[in-house]
Amino acid sequence: MSGEMLDARAGRPGRADSRGAPGGEAPRSGGAGVIPRASTVTFRATLESGAFTVTAEIGPPRGADAGAIERKVAPLRDWVAAVNITDNQGASVRLASWAGSLAAMAAGVEPIMQLTCRDRNRIALQSDLLGASALGIPNILVMTGDHPRFGDHAEAKPVFDLDSVQLLWAARVMRDDGKLLSGRNLSPPPDWFLGAVENPAAPPARFRAARLAKKVAAGAQFVQTQYVFDAAAFAGWMTQVRDLGLHERCHILAGVGPVSSLRALAHLERGVPGVQVPADVARRLRGVPEDRVADEGIAICAETISELSEIPGVAGVHVMAVGAEHRIPLILQQAGLAPMLAAGRRGHAG
Amino acid sequence: MRSSTGGGRLAAGPKPASAAAPLAGRGAAAPVGPDAAPRPVSPRAPARSMYLLHHLLEPNRGYRRLAAWLEARPRRRRLFTAAEKAVKQELFGCRMCGQCTLPSTGYACPMTCPKQLRNGPCGGVGADGGCEVYPEMRCVWLEAVERAESQGRTGDLLRLQLPIDHRLWGQSSWIRYWQGRDEDLWTDPVRSGMGR
Repeated sequence: MSGEMLDARAGRPGRADSRGAPGGEAPRSGGAGVIPRASTVTFRATLESGAFTVTAEIGPPRGADAGAIERKVAPLRDWVAAVNITDNQGASVRLASWAGSLAAMAAGVEPIMQLTCRDRNRIALQSDLLGASALGIPNILVMTGDHPRFGDHAEAKPVFDLDSVQLLWAARVMRDDGKLLSGRNLSPPPDWFLGAVENPAAPPARFRAARLAKKVAAGAQFVQTQYVFDAAAFAGWMTQVRDLGLHERCHILAGVGPVSSLRALAHLERGVPGVQVPADVARRLRGVPEDRVADEGIAICAETISELSEIPGVAGVHVMAVGAEHRIPLILQQAGLAPMLAAGRRGHAG
Repeated sequence: MRSSTGGGRLAAGPKPASAAAPLAGRGAAAPVGPDAAPRPVSPRAPARSMYLLHHLLEPNRGYRRLAAWLEARPRRRRLFTAAEKAVKQELFGCRMCGQCTLPSTGYACPMTCPKQLRNGPCGGVGADGGCEVYPEMRCVWLEAVERAESQGRTGDLLRLQLPIDHRLWGQSSWIRYWQGRDEDLWTDPVRSGMGR
């Protein structure tokens, strides 16, 4: 590990072996160490520079193929500051988020490792946090997680030993005080940039900004929100957030995503708890020919990003286009954003 | 999308023993114990009377002595604990976690949340206020926020609730409370106030 930055892209073997995990193969062939490293740490630096920051969500594969992550993140390399690697999203088994994070690093994209409270007790959570830091994963996103009841193993035992606020607290104490929840010392302490999630659209509306205040107090340095389809309603929540001064202590990224089909729209309207699609958005999507719904969804998403970027205190957007990651550059282009590495980003006076 | 399978409850797959219990209705007693699947319970007792009752139960020398006396006598302690459980189960769906947080959550029990969240609601609360996991039931945190607000106790909701000790399941929370052992359950309210 040490300071040796392994350029994993250059060091990787060919893709002939589809099971060739970048995290496992590259170092052996390169002989430069065991851990692939992203060449730079950009996410935190971008946020702290005040530039409008874009992240994207990547769902790991249901299979033992780290190459699937690389294929998804590679087209985004120039466009996003970091990619979220989900942790068994929707309570369905996928490749582990720490492994997916290493695969993203090997592909030259900085990961944000998601960590949920659903499947691990406090021993496993703290152990995974240590592991993430030791392997150089720079960002952690802590969340409660979907209940197993909605996943592919509905009969599983839900853990929920800690909640997301408690896990943020534990992680911050591990990093800043070098202590476990038990009080035992860590040597050396871990280091990551800590994030949380919030859903401004879910009831109780009056409590949502206050809940973020708790997360910030517990340790959240950035927050990514659930899908925003109604920028005006989101602006209302941001007013509360600014009143509490939270935008000065925590970088706020608004969650967005394109609706790719009428089926997806129906699913969002009925099946995703806490997500509300406004009537005018639904009307627009249903008002175009079926083969143009995906394009209209992208246009709506791009417009939402533009509107969100005008709201004071919004540090950036988190694009969730699981299954359509390759269309993210198109969305960002339509929203008037330049590739991050090419033109720098639009400054934003938040 | 956060939840891959929408459209209500899943019937597929073998169910664990804990989930085989009949579905508790609104306000009915919830399953007890750490291994029973929790379901949201709307408290039966009005918030106002609970805050008043709280004054009567505040630790004093008498209660401290009673607690110490009970603790030294296993049979009496078990009887006392059973009585506490009966009352709190009836009123709040208490599951006997042994570290009662009711006074800081508007007397709505967060351990009846299917995710047992002690620091506020998850992001999956439906537009109608339904629980993400049991949409036909009301999110217990909505109850907590409304009840605390109605009694001017919103500051309580801004306390950071610390992780619980799972060794204490089944024990009397009142005995612990009277002896001052519950003091590390939560922090002072975090700096910010509630939005308007």
